[in-house]
Amino acid sequence: MFVDFFYTLRKKGVPVSIKEFMSFIEALYNGHFQSSINHLYHIGKAFLVKSEAYFDAYDLAFNEYFGGIVTENIELDKVLGWLENPLNRLPKMSPEELMEFQKQLEEFKRTHDLEEMMRQFRERLKEQKERHDGGHKWVGTGGYSPFGAYGYHPGGIRAGGESWMQSASKVAAERRFRNYRNDIILDVRQTKMALKKLRELKREGAQEELDIEETIDKTAKEGGEIELVFNRSRENSVRIILLMDTGGSMLPYTELCEKLFSAATQANHFKEFRYFFFHNCIYQDIYEDMANYKNVPTEKLFSLFNKNYKLILVGDARMAYSELFDVNGCIDYFSTNDRPGLEWLSRIRDHFPHSIWLNPTHRNFWGHYTVDTIGKIFPMFELTIDGLKDAIKALTSRTKNLMHQ
Amino acid sequence: MSGTNQGYHGSEDYIASKALMEIVNVAVVLQKPLVVKGEPGTGKTLLAHSIARALNKKLLIWNVKSTTKARDGLYVYDTVQRLNDARFKDKDISDIRQYIKMGKLGQAFNFDEQVILLIDEIDKADIEFPNDLLNELDEMTFHINELDEEVTAKHRPIVIITSNSEKELPDAFLRRCLFYYIEFPDGEMMERIIKVHYPDIEDKLVREALKKFYWIREMDGLKKRPSTSELLDWIKALSLGGVKIEKINNEIPFLGTLLKNEQDTDRFVRISTNQGGFGFKRR
Repeated sequence: MFVDFFYTLRKKGVPVSIKEFMSFIEALYNGHFQSSINHLYHIGKAFLVKSEAYFDAYDLAFNEYFGGIVTENIELDKVLGWLENPLNRLPKMSPEELMEFQKQLEEFKRTHDLEEMMRQFRERLKEQKERHDGGHKWVGTGGYSPFGAYGYHPGGIRAGGESWMQSASKVAAERRFRNYRNDIILDVRQTKMALKKLRELKREGAQEELDIEETIDKTAKEGGEIELVFNRSRENSVRIILLMDTGGSMLPYTELCEKLFSAATQANHFKEFRYFFFHNCIYQDIYEDMANYKNVPTEKLFSLFNKNYKLILVGDARMAYSELFDVNGCIDYFSTNDRPGLEWLSRIRDHFPHSIWLNPTHRNFWGHYTVDTIGKIFPMFELTIDGLKDAIKALTSRTKNLMHQ
Repeated sequence: MSGTNQGYHGSEDYIASKALMEIVNVAVVLQKPLVVKGEPGTGKTLLAHSIARALNKKLLIWNVKSTTKARDGLYVYDTVQRLNDARFKDKDISDIRQYIKMGKLGQAFNFDEQVILLIDEIDKADIEFPNDLLNELDEMTFHINELDEEVTAKHRPIVIITSNSEKELPDAFLRRCLFYYIEFPDGEMMERIIKVHYPDIEDKLVREALKKFYWIREMDGLKKRPSTSELLDWIKALSLGGVKIEKINNEIPFLGTLLKNEQDTDRFVRISTNQGGFGFKRR
């Protein structure tokens, strides 16, 4: 019955597997759920969404499938005004009253479905002209009416306000998890996580692991005198070079690049991590500092680092035609270059078979001749969490640059 | 699950949101592992303690470290000890059983009653770690090669797994679990949490402290934003130190309980002097 919900989720980008959905449906039919849409929302989330990055997408899908929040224009400000400064207490009731109330609620739940409630909600909004607190009919605070805020009515509709009894059906519409989407934000922690995937395990470091085979062999040879043999444990042997563009067109992305940079410097699992900077395009010099004062000959890259280093270039790859293709095309007035940038880039790629380009601009804006050209030299990825993951996959794959085979 | 009286409802010293309670109950009934994720200091580990207390079950804790291997949780075969014993005649080394030591998961399987197993900070271990536990958590059974014996859970334990999201957990693993993300508590929730820990504290002090606390949390560029546990420490310090409420208005006493590294303290001082008053000219 919820099959469409599955597809709605997939459509919104929640990576739900059939197994997850099946166990959700199974639990549903075995009667483990309370019959409330609110409950369904929370439990469904626990079953179907396994990362807070997709909570927002889930909210969208849930909202679409289980009926959206009020669609017609209501005078939101006015309604919210009624809900301000609530009677901040739960109504006090005797146990008998509670029982009676519970009964009424069951009755209400039986006879009202969500559709009906939304209809009533809208109707009441139309009729209501002023603020109401307490009471059981109007949209207001601290009352028993199914509509409003800070009130007591399981399964009712909360309009604004903080979740008080957690009983509103429409939390989904708030999209509280928008900030966790991973195609939008990229923070240091997430970047670190992505960078951690960058590893190659090799036996290095202190000898800590007992090598049983060897121990038995040695012991037998010694005629039963125990001889323990230890082995080195496996360690990450990845060495990284980061080359970052500090050109003017990169200014809007400074923060993003800073995050990547600090994540990479903080990630202490690399065997070695080196970084350099360049301005728009790479010529005979690269720089050790962001202000481009301390220059290092690009040739040094080739002599200092062998091809096992993994190279990550970061830049928007957007520049004037001449900067990439012409001799003396360098943007800095006092610099000259007797070989065009394109040649340097190709040399770099030839020396470092494991190299990729991260572009902080959105893929949609890549239609630019220098971006296209550079994209043909280096595999280019977006500087987002998803893009970074793909990039790291490409960096760690055994086959050399897939694009050039 | 229709009744509202059975199952988990939080415990005296732990405030759980309704959604979390519902999910814990579903996890208990369906016997699925529950992965709890969230910022440090949102009470992920405490949740397991609270469930254990509320349901009156024994709690086994498996603290995962960066060197932990999945096998450590099942059993460890102490070869070195056996090899060593082989040199002396005082022990019967043909009995392998005495060299097999059960890990936390193995212990949980062998218990005569249902227990709660907390696998704490699973993301600390190697990326592959959770995948190595797939079958064991699914079927609640594992094989001891040395004895050629199958260990099956007498009572499927309730498994709570916490993660700080240092590393992402593998999909195959997550598919088998329920997932809950603990959000950082809002002011109202936080007030209730403080009340649970310090029932006698002055309302006004709490409100002022919370105002300051959320202001500090919202500052840009802090390396480690203060969390619930820091707030609780701070409030304790404030009330023990007998700090006057007016004093909190003008300065932050015991700042060290909230911000724990030098850079953050510098940053704090810079921002607060720039903004003039403490947090009141913010908007």
